[in-house]
Amino acid sequence: MKYSYTAGQQTWHFENLAEVMAKATPARSGDRLAGVIARSAEERVIAQMVLADVPLKTFLNEALVPYEDDEVTRLIIDEHDAQAFSAISHLTVGDFRNWLLSDMATPDVLTGVRAGITPEMAAAVSKIMRNQDLILVAKKCHVKTAFRNTIGLPGHLSTRLQPNHPTDDVNGIAASILDGLLYGNGDAVIGINPATDNVAQAIKLMTLMDEVISKYEIPTQSCVLTHVTNTIECIEAGAPVDLVFQSIGGTEATNSSFGFNIATLAEAQDAALSLKRGTVGNNVMYFETGQGSSLSANAHHGLDQQTCEVRAYAVARKFNPLLINTVVGFIGPEYLFDGKEIIRAGLEDHFCAKLLGLPMGCDVCYTNHAEADQNDMDNLLTLLGVAGCSFVMGIPGSDDIMLNYQTTSFHDALYARRVLGSQPAPEFAQWLARMQIMGDAFVLNDALPEPFARSLNSLPPASGQH
Amino acid sequence: MKNNSTGFVENPVVENPWRRLREFTDARIGLGRAGVSLPTKELLEFQLSHARARDAVHFPLDCDGLISAIEDSDVISSRVSDIHRLHSRASDRMEYLQRPDLGRRLNEHSRALLQHDISGGAGSDVDVSSEYDLGIVIVDGLSSLAVQQNVVPFLETLLPHLYDYSLAPISIVEQGRVAVGDEVGELLNARCVIVLIGERPGLSSPDSLGLYLTYKPHVGLTDAARNCISNIRPAGLSYSEAARRTQYLLDESRHLKLSGVNLKDRTQVDVVETVSSNKNFLIS
Repeated sequence: MKYSYTAGQQTWHFENLAEVMAKATPARSGDRLAGVIARSAEERVIAQMVLADVPLKTFLNEALVPYEDDEVTRLIIDEHDAQAFSAISHLTVGDFRNWLLSDMATPDVLTGVRAGITPEMAAAVSKIMRNQDLILVAKKCHVKTAFRNTIGLPGHLSTRLQPNHPTDDVNGIAASILDGLLYGNGDAVIGINPATDNVAQAIKLMTLMDEVISKYEIPTQSCVLTHVTNTIECIEAGAPVDLVFQSIGGTEATNSSFGFNIATLAEAQDAALSLKRGTVGNNVMYFETGQGSSLSANAHHGLDQQTCEVRAYAVARKFNPLLINTVVGFIGPEYLFDGKEIIRAGLEDHFCAKLLGLPMGCDVCYTNHAEADQNDMDNLLTLLGVAGCSFVMGIPGSDDIMLNYQTTSFHDALYARRVLGSQPAPEFAQWLARMQIMGDAFVLNDALPEPFARSLNSLPPASGQH
Repeated sequence: MKNNSTGFVENPVVENPWRRLREFTDARIGLGRAGVSLPTKELLEFQLSHARARDAVHFPLDCDGLISAIEDSDVISSRVSDIHRLHSRASDRMEYLQRPDLGRRLNEHSRALLQHDISGGAGSDVDVSSEYDLGIVIVDGLSSLAVQQNVVPFLETLLPHLYDYSLAPISIVEQGRVAVGDEVGELLNARCVIVLIGERPGLSSPDSLGLYLTYKPHVGLTDAARNCISNIRPAGLSYSEAARRTQYLLDESRHLKLSGVNLKDRTQVDVVETVSSNKNFLIS
């Protein structure tokens, strides 16, 4: 058998490359649920040893999801850059890890080879890397994108201001936007998950954010996280669309279950580009991903959930997104059981995406039925900050009252800035200084900046409800 | 505080004057800060909310207490003949959380109990035409708190609306997911089933009850075959409003002989679409 390993008296056999990949994956509940997990700790390490000996070239010849059946596989194979790959084509997965960690793999060199790396190669090497390896190499992968500001410069960390409200109340949303801006958040995007998901509602929310961004001259962009086909309709109706959003997965069947295919994304990107709303760049797409989505859609083709996840990055990469983030702890404990599994997955997703050249951020989050708490999120946020994560979420007090989960707060981002020295996007940092919201050394103004004080004073006196 | 060079201040917490905007939202805005961090009071309030949500997930449903409360309610007990206590294939909470597939099916003992019940107890050859208009299945789900607090008062509000429905015995399923109701409904030979289940607890809503309706329930149906009414609790969707919508869906389902994506809930006025002004205070 091609994938086997002899250790002492015992020989271990693996049916195919997919089985090696799955069994080499650090333990997580989703792979157990799918029945693809290693049967023992020993079998996992044996699978990692087998995987380490697999030549990178193998991934170009042995598709894990058949080429004929899956447009994501076709995208990966058809758009592979053999020229870029030539620098690493002689390596095995184990050699690849050594090479990535070595001083030969400088940021410039890594940028040069990224088009030659397939999602499966990235997934494979991540499975034999420790958390510190994932952090060290990700930090060397620089990915810069731009729309009305510049995301991803080394030493920078951006935040998505997420002002969700359970009934999309415009004043409720505006209140959370104000809170976020005054805590220095919102340079990645002001992005709303709508409670009512239809075109009319999306246009209303887009208009709201466009008016706020215009009135206060904020160098940032907005997004309503509605289905891609809704956003296309919004653009046709003349709505002020900055970024097109879509949740994406790593197999064609996953994306079908989400109601789109690659052609839909191309249509949406063209429509958004035609609006020419960016000022310093033209990255107009925003994607979300997360381990477990393919299994959840019963569209995983027997693969482990991390390999499926990284395949989604091939879809993202085709459309030069401004932002992409893994929603790592949202899916629940049947896929990532506890803080340890969530932290590992967050670091894997960030590393793999950065290696492939994507502006990866992370929704550092958990649900109340997962074995996780704020301390786990502090750990992951800090680790991702060290790794050079492009952006994290920011919501009031970590509590998303619409989606019912906990993610990082406005305060959390400022903690990360202070301990790591991470700056907001430069255009946004200038705005924060000009508005007298935040000065040097991440010190917030104790006084309310004048333009916002005026808006607040325009309100009638509080009704006394609170 | 910038002027203070000694490090001693009256109050190291900076309050946020925009906290008054909480009249527009339950979001945790205007928390104030100690440096850039959460003030102690806010930190501990968050921890209390999370602790309550965790307890809602992990505290077992008090089945005996729930059964007593149902039996003590004249409105409910006058309408139902019996209460079945059932269990899914997930043996405990840890397995339940990691294996949703097991929570969707009854264990063998529970299946046998229902089969025995429906066959009249003697294994006789019974009429398999629909015996009941409606089966009510109570499931712990992810919040026993939601079930414990809301099921009895909600049913007391709902059942008078359903005076012309024949009701199967009430079933209570421990360690259950939504789909387990389909198996119960199938075994009870109920034309329609409603599942009352504890929803995934939010930080500020640990007691949210969900209702799922399936017409012609049977094992293997997906969410596309169900209708859902969410967030039933005093601080969310009121019992009376939830009962009104449930009656509407049940009547429509009986009339159209279906449930799920093709059964539209038209009871909801889309308030979002009809607000007169879209202007917010930041723009005014």
